[in-house]
Amino acid sequence: MIKHESIETNAGLLIALTLIVVSIGGLVEIVPLFFINDTVEEVEGVRPYTPLELRGRDVYTREGCYLCHSQMIRPFRDEDLRYGHYSLAAESQYDHPFQWGSKRTGPDLARVGNKYSNEWHVAHLLNPRSVVPQSIMPNYPWLLETDLDYSDVQARMRALKATGVPYSETQEEYDANVERFGKAVADKLDILQAEDNLLAQALANDYDGQRSRITEMDALIAYLQVLGTMVDFSKYNEGYFVEFR
Amino acid sequence: MAQAGMGSTQQYNYEIIRKFAFMALVWGVLGMGAGVYIASELAWPFLNFDIPQITFGRLRPVHTTLVIFGFGGSALFATSYYIVQRTCQTRLYSDWMANFTFWGWQSAIALGVVGYMMGYTQSREYAEFEWPVDLIILVTWVVYFTVYVQTLRRRSQPHIYVANWFFIAFLLVIALLHIFNNLAVPVGLFSIKSYSLFSGVQDAMTQWWYGHNAVGFFLTAAFLGMMYYFVPKQAGRPVYSYRLSIVHFWALSFLYMWVGAHHLHWTALPDWTSTLAATFSIMLLLPSWGGMINGIMTLSGAWDRLRTDPIMLFLITALSFYGMSTFEGPLMSLKSVNALSHYTDWTVGHVHSGALGWVAMVTFGSFYHMIPRLYDTRLYSTRLVYAHFWLATIGIVLYITSMWVAGIFQGLMLRSFDDYGNLAYTFVETVAFLHSPYMVRAIGGMFFLTGILVMCWNVYMTIRNARAEAAALEAKLAAKMARI
Repeated sequence: MIKHESIETNAGLLIALTLIVVSIGGLVEIVPLFFINDTVEEVEGVRPYTPLELRGRDVYTREGCYLCHSQMIRPFRDEDLRYGHYSLAAESQYDHPFQWGSKRTGPDLARVGNKYSNEWHVAHLLNPRSVVPQSIMPNYPWLLETDLDYSDVQARMRALKATGVPYSETQEEYDANVERFGKAVADKLDILQAEDNLLAQALANDYDGQRSRITEMDALIAYLQVLGTMVDFSKYNEGYFVEFR
Repeated sequence: MAQAGMGSTQQYNYEIIRKFAFMALVWGVLGMGAGVYIASELAWPFLNFDIPQITFGRLRPVHTTLVIFGFGGSALFATSYYIVQRTCQTRLYSDWMANFTFWGWQSAIALGVVGYMMGYTQSREYAEFEWPVDLIILVTWVVYFTVYVQTLRRRSQPHIYVANWFFIAFLLVIALLHIFNNLAVPVGLFSIKSYSLFSGVQDAMTQWWYGHNAVGFFLTAAFLGMMYYFVPKQAGRPVYSYRLSIVHFWALSFLYMWVGAHHLHWTALPDWTSTLAATFSIMLLLPSWGGMINGIMTLSGAWDRLRTDPIMLFLITALSFYGMSTFEGPLMSLKSVNALSHYTDWTVGHVHSGALGWVAMVTFGSFYHMIPRLYDTRLYSTRLVYAHFWLATIGIVLYITSMWVAGIFQGLMLRSFDDYGNLAYTFVETVAFLHSPYMVRAIGGMFFLTGILVMCWNVYMTIRNARAEAAALEAKLAAKMARI
């Protein structure tokens, strides 16, 4: 048997053995997640964010919303009643980075989309206590005062494309998106039309109630309103998603 | 005495240790101050003042980064440089490289937290640094590793002391974690913003593999290295069991790396992964307690030291909190317990029993031992060490008990139903309930912060006295020389 002395008198050996010992856990648990197909469910409807939603998501991460709000509903009865169907891995497949969170100082937001009106969100973000008296959330008045900077939205989409999000730049990529998501969605994922799409979505919905400007509030609410709305759960059996767990 | 002092400063590079120790205290005060402030924001939301830079969401990473990497990191640089030189009986491999690690690390912390306040964040917990800062950290870490290992190779005896094993594991794992968890695509060469290379479930797993092992190797293994040197030194006795330290080291290094996924129980992460993580979390109790026993039993036969030596009190209390939180951790990693505890303040309390009780307390004890030796003098006041000890202990107890109350009760409220099967409470009713525990928590934090301020005063006076003594000695010497 090898004596431990031979390790503790040899720095190189100590380093090499330590490196081996600490690598095993991560290799076993992380690497398979990229290769086991069942890890992410097969489900229709999940698409990458539109340019406006993407910029809203950037505002969400910038303000550190994830530190108080999770986006991960667990398969419990109380969470089902409070928030809706438990979250699927597929629903965050385009989230770079994931926003599952680790603490709920406020409620989960995974399915907050379409639950409240745009007006409610504006009032709530300006002063949460105006609509929820016991809330301890900070006010975010600057979102309504700051014009949205979308000058680099194409660069942002290109960076995400490099990570694997199917935004399109060439005709070939666009055609693939038409086949995968349908034409209406594929148009919104076209990087070259990003600015036009962003403006069109903001003007059509007027999330912040100020028609003359496009603010960070517009973008953030556009993002919040799409959360958890992409999958139509009425299309699937109760048991379908359990098979992937 | 003066001659010996001069000799030891030449034999070892103490200057770099003094600098890191100083910055550890600076970041400690700022980071704990930020902690008290954000805790107060949760109790009294008007404190957000509608100023973007100080809202909870931006200030919380400032708090965690300052205390973990600013305070904890600088303390680890200081003590690891001290320990590697003392146990190898050789000077640091390179003074300029050591200095490089100082400026690299401090600039990363400063740039990072200013960036968060301006809204630049990767939004990955405990890895919020954007890519330019990540690169600074990477270069700094490579230089740190080089200095450390080259110093080890110059050791004057064959054996590498156990404290250094833990520092090596820490150096290797943090490099591994830092590189893989921060893989990201920048928006542009001149843009600070980047997007994580991974998404969704893979991203979550990578992040918590990082997150929990930052706890495991930054906040545990490295501080165990600190413990393995300063506890025996302060006790004046050898480590309790050599064999236990071998088992402790290898088991801890192997098992820790599996447990990160217990942060993702009941999520969209596949069940097999989180079950594996829960299993290893339970097993991890054994080496954790092995280490705690090894540390505490070092004092076996000299328990009376706890009555007379407040530094020993810090170190042994730290080990006790380590034991407590490494018991609580496996408990919370059970899926059934986690169903209630996850997403609540119970987790926050658990982290702080480790961070305040173990990490900060063992650092305080080690610093009280080390700093007078760096300046070749004695501590200014032992009474102030006692005062610090009690302020810190009361602070921790207030903190963790209020968080148990907050977490467990919120968990129970959220899952309770009325007679008709409807939810008994809305979410915001649980938030209203949290107000009192949040106030108690903020007060606990204030106690702890006051403690470190007392320490800063004590250290300042110690150094001032040391300088005065040295100056007096020099004047005497000069007078003598003049007479000759």
